[in-house]
Amino acid sequence: MLTGGYMTYLLARLGAWTIACLAETGKMFNFLLYAVYTCASSPGHPRHILKQISFIGARSSLVIVLTAGFTGMVLALQGYYTLTKFGSEGMLGVAVSLSLIRELGPVLTALMVTGRAGSAIAAEIGIMRITEQIDALETMALDPFKYLVAPKLIASVLALPLLCGIFDVVGIWGGYLVGVKLLGVNPGAYFGEMENSVQWKDLYSGMVKSVCFGVIIAWVCCYKGYYAGHGAEGVSRGTTTAVVMSSVLVLIWDYFITSVLL
Amino acid sequence: MIELRGVTKSFGSQTVLNGLNLKIPAGLITAVIGPSGEGKSVLLKHMIGLMRPDSGNVVVDGEPITCLGRRRMNRVREKFGMLFQNSALFDSLTVFENVAFPLQEKTSLSDAEIARKVRDALLQVGLTGADAKYPDQLSGGMKKRVGLARALLMNPRIILFDEPTTGLDPVICRAIHQMIKQTHARFGYTAVVVSHEIPEIFDISDRVAVLYRGSIIQCGTQEEIQNSSHPAVRQFISGSLEGPIQPI
Repeated sequence: MLTGGYMTYLLARLGAWTIACLAETGKMFNFLLYAVYTCASSPGHPRHILKQISFIGARSSLVIVLTAGFTGMVLALQGYYTLTKFGSEGMLGVAVSLSLIRELGPVLTALMVTGRAGSAIAAEIGIMRITEQIDALETMALDPFKYLVAPKLIASVLALPLLCGIFDVVGIWGGYLVGVKLLGVNPGAYFGEMENSVQWKDLYSGMVKSVCFGVIIAWVCCYKGYYAGHGAEGVSRGTTTAVVMSSVLVLIWDYFITSVLL
Repeated sequence: MIELRGVTKSFGSQTVLNGLNLKIPAGLITAVIGPSGEGKSVLLKHMIGLMRPDSGNVVVDGEPITCLGRRRMNRVREKFGMLFQNSALFDSLTVFENVAFPLQEKTSLSDAEIARKVRDALLQVGLTGADAKYPDQLSGGMKKRVGLARALLMNPRIILFDEPTTGLDPVICRAIHQMIKQTHARFGYTAVVVSHEIPEIFDISDRVAVLYRGSIIQCGTQEEIQNSSHPAVRQFISGSLEGPIQPI
């Protein structure tokens, strides 16, 4: 049986936690709004943006190709196993392509980019914070958002759909390799059914998701780095939180956006 | 002129600045001395708007800066340069790029003109042949020089020095102090120097302010400070273990 004093204590803790969560959420949304405003008003020098596109996009392409290839291959294996039960192996191309284009492409691309580039973004900005490099920018009357946040946000929004496109294409070819070359599915059926079934709105939904995920990754990772705690431990905690929070938000947002776009 | 009026700043339950009042006269070198952990760096950060006071006001050239928005604050910061305790150089940029950064971002000078100005600034702080090095390849003294060159480059009217000689050997310390004195004589900026180097800092300062327990307990010329009757000031400048300042 809980005593009245203990109940009050628990309620006070719950209230304090709720207020802290709301304050943090508000701070995060303010951060996003100012980042978007900076992107629109003074997005920074194109060379800063290109550098970030190279870092977030080009340098993630190898890991995306590898992930996409094996995802497509395993989708073909699993899909073939299921479809043969209904005598519908010819639909394998459709199953692989729709799964990739509508769902797995954007989500897995976002998760891989979060792990590879998002963690690096949080760590880079966090180290700049604890070594007073961000303060140095401010003392020069330069807006840190223009140099650190806006280029990463723009690059992430541009790079994610492109990486997602690569993921889809490589994944479909991975599925082709296993389905057609290994399991003997008719190549005409694999691509022919795909051509009939994949519609513009499927591609559109994948691309919209990728753009949203690009915003989420850059936003969360920049925020967690920008407000990193003290010392190496603060940066380490900020980086870990950035990756976990980005990944979870990607999956949550994926559900909501799928329910709207379906 | 910079003026702090009744500035109070707390972090959690710890009050660092407690109704602090201080006037920094224009064109002079003012040293801020005091025991470690008394909030000298916090004081500097209030002067340039990197921190905002819980109460009180900071006035720069007659303009209160405490409630300024980002854009107007940046206009005030145009007047400032700052040399950080750990130099705060951009670690992914070379020495040349570090010094050139504010010029590249804030002026429309040609690359050749920027290169000439950067070389001049590095020459002024006695640093040559290190243009292509990265900050982690430099000694502590060299980093301070690069930081000073970067702070000087935009010809600021006010420069804040946050412990410019901490962790450096006595020879480099003296060289940095001389450099501050020479550049001050040449450019005539207002300087605020936070330092622990007693009595060396007296040689370059026009005025000295002593920060203790969140307030300026004495501010005056170096003679006034050295002849002070305040027990905390006397203990601090003599380095004695006996007195109101608790060593640990």
